[in-house]
Amino acid sequence: MMTPELIEAERPYLLRYALAQLRDRQAADEVVQETLLAALESRSSFAGKSSPRTWLTSILRFKLIDAVRRQSREVPLEPFEDTLDEADVDALFDASGHWQHAIRAWSGPEQELVAKQFWEVFERCSQVMPRRTAMAFVMREVIGMEIADICKNLGITATNCSVLLYRARMSLRECLEIRWLGGGAA
Amino acid sequence: MRINCKQASRLISDALDRPLSKSEYLRLRIHLFLCGNCNEFSRQLQLMQQTARKAGRGE
Repeated sequence: MMTPELIEAERPYLLRYALAQLRDRQAADEVVQETLLAALESRSSFAGKSSPRTWLTSILRFKLIDAVRRQSREVPLEPFEDTLDEADVDALFDASGHWQHAIRAWSGPEQELVAKQFWEVFERCSQVMPRRTAMAFVMREVIGMEIADICKNLGITATNCSVLLYRARMSLRECLEIRWLGGGAA
Repeated sequence: MRINCKQASRLISDALDRPLSKSEYLRLRIHLFLCGNCNEFSRQLQLMQQTARKAGRGE
């Protein structure tokens, strides 16, 4: 049975998820409230086939997609040119385009560590990304939206979208390597 | 034409979002045959995507 207490207990998790996507405390709070209310109202329809968290997350995702659409209309993002500085990516390669440092294989325990602490990892590592870059990453990798929808939400072309995703992935991988897995150049 | 690791890394990322053209695909596959670093990079991007998707489903 889905009790109000079980629903409420997931609030911190949902907030973290929403915050990673929206990067705005108030907007994230609002989306989480809407989600909790929707869940409370429809809790009798919970079939018990998934965990409370999975069920709540599926509601939150719909609300988040709406919120992202709203936000991209209301909150101006940094000029797109600001996100195109490739210096950070360039620094990973030498003059002939080879990796500066060997890419070390991640072991099983390391993979598990990242999976368990995904939101914490992402929160920290996405701080250095421009907002649009982090949003593109969450829409694609976390929510699993199609590229065409992401472009529309962010008001950019498909090519620019793939540049953002490339930079987000490079940045996150580098951050994981250095901060969480204790390897890399640090 | 051969591609370097920087170009390969971009194609590896693109391949997660769109089907590569035939020439992109061939260049990348050949590069991956020869480059252990890019192979590992490719595995890591896939792993990051799987991990993020799982988190996204609340699993």
